[in-house]
Amino acid sequence: MTILFQQLSNALALGGVYALVALGLTLVYGVMRVPNFAHGGLYMLGAYFAYAALNSLGVGYVPALILAAVAVAGLAALLERLVFYPLRNAPHVHAMIAAIGVLFFFEAVVQLIWGADFKQIAEPVPGILNLGGVVITWQRLIVIAASVLVMLGLNFFLKRTLTGATIEAMSQNREGARLVGINVNRVGMLTFAISGALAAVAAALIAPIVSVAPSMGEVMNLKVFAIIILGGMGSVPGAIVGAFLLAFAEVFGGFYINLDFADVIGFAALVIVLAIRPQGLFRRGT
Amino acid sequence: MTRSGFKPGPLVWVAVFALAALLPLLQPGGFVLDVAINVMIWSMVAYGLNVMLGYTGQLPLAHAGFFGIGAYTVGILTLKQGWNFWLAWPAAIVICALGGLLLGLVAFRTKGDAFSIFTLGVGVIIALVINKWDSLTGGNDGLNGVPPASSLFGIDFSRSANFYYVALAALALTVLIVARTRQSVFGRSLVAIRGGEDLARSAGIDVYSHKLRALMLSTAIAGLAGGVYAAYVGFLGSAVAGPTTTFTVLLYLLVGGVGTLAGPLLGTGIVYVALQFLKGLQDYQYIVFGPLLVLLVLFAPQGLAGLWDRAQARRVQARAERAVDHA
Repeated sequence: MTILFQQLSNALALGGVYALVALGLTLVYGVMRVPNFAHGGLYMLGAYFAYAALNSLGVGYVPALILAAVAVAGLAALLERLVFYPLRNAPHVHAMIAAIGVLFFFEAVVQLIWGADFKQIAEPVPGILNLGGVVITWQRLIVIAASVLVMLGLNFFLKRTLTGATIEAMSQNREGARLVGINVNRVGMLTFAISGALAAVAAALIAPIVSVAPSMGEVMNLKVFAIIILGGMGSVPGAIVGAFLLAFAEVFGGFYINLDFADVIGFAALVIVLAIRPQGLFRRGT
Repeated sequence: MTRSGFKPGPLVWVAVFALAALLPLLQPGGFVLDVAINVMIWSMVAYGLNVMLGYTGQLPLAHAGFFGIGAYTVGILTLKQGWNFWLAWPAAIVICALGGLLLGLVAFRTKGDAFSIFTLGVGVIIALVINKWDSLTGGNDGLNGVPPASSLFGIDFSRSANFYYVALAALALTVLIVARTRQSVFGRSLVAIRGGEDLARSAGIDVYSHKLRALMLSTAIAGLAGGVYAAYVGFLGSAVAGPTTTFTVLLYLLVGGVGTLAGPLLGTGIVYVALQFLKGLQDYQYIVFGPLLVLLVLFAPQGLAGLWDRAQARRVQARAERAVDHA
């Protein structure tokens, strides 16, 4: 029973991180209709920026997380201007291929600067919490709490503020949004910046648990794409549900079936769901 | 928009292959031959991808997986089961075609971006399974010592100068099949699907079965190339089946020109040879290739063959204008 709860906390922490990364991706897809394959690269950069801020600037964990989020947000907005905006009317395949180029470019640059070997970020609050035999590291609790907090904040932003509403409006109907006077270009940039910030926050949160490596972006990329297909591309609730589904499938599948095949189980779940519901679980009517 | 591309006639192709056939006579081994064989192997994969991306307008991202399945099928059958290469190779192609059929049955329920991402997921699964299934594939250590192609009609194919002709014949066959397919009613139906699925359907084309058959052809070609690779290189690691390989082949195709007959060979040749000069960069080659990929889709999405095409069109136009002036 304690093992079950322990696995549950692992799955919740993992699901929270997946959700943050997937939310950015699904927002960008909703607004720009671009599958941003560079998203995993932004996530990976977030982890390295946090690492650099901690070790080179010597700031604390929280400032490092914020610095990483701001830096990656700026970079994502720049990416939108330089790559995705010029390609907005080109076939989707083009934007996808360009994003792949960006992803590999990020990976190569990071490898050049920091090397290919794993980097460690120290846990800001070391130690564990013992809840009646269930042992949870503080970092996992921080990850769960912080990701829930960020998701609530994002929900408030999208539903309750005017700027957030423009993002919603654009993902519902691009032309309609333009007609009522929404600056489509600005919203596109903003959405990219938010998605970058979310990815960086997620990366900085999970970095003390897993290690930081240039290839971490590629793996995460595939997973979050699986998640947003699972949830229905462009759907916000779909991304969150999909993230936790994948995390549970991986953690419990890895535990009860075979740890080696944990990653395969996640993708196998995706294949099965899509075979039954090709439009994903939460696809809105278009 | 014409996407016909740089279109050398059949005679040019025959001349290219005839010239290529002379290479081992000048250089019966070593570096040049090695590069040439590799270019032929990878351009075959690019041709396979081109059938889907260039003609059918769908981007599958599992091709390295099928290349891996083809290579590992040949590797396992020859190394562990003691099969003859000439039996294992067709078996690999059939398995890849069947794999393509299975993939298509599920994947074509999705469209566009979702299709690409879905197939990417399948590609990752294939690479992961190859990496983890130790007892069959050797897992992380890979398959070492895949025997070279066995002798046939008294020709010793373990010599790379002789094996070169196997690769050349496979490439020629690929080009021939792809060219014939493109010109057939089936190929034109595929192009109609690229133009618009609903329109194609209203013209009486069974879109689903056409896409399925195109994918089977495409993965079978990847398997064909994988078989050559296994027998040539002699060592198989699971990394070759991973998404990075797919993206590299995509780069070859993009440089050469998507949807053209010359593009895959042209692009693979140029990029692969350029890579040999960038060997020092190794892991960092994407510092050059990444931005290159972006610049290509931004400014020259038709690739080299497309640039040629545009220059040709301009020349024709200029001639027409001159003719008007004279009149």
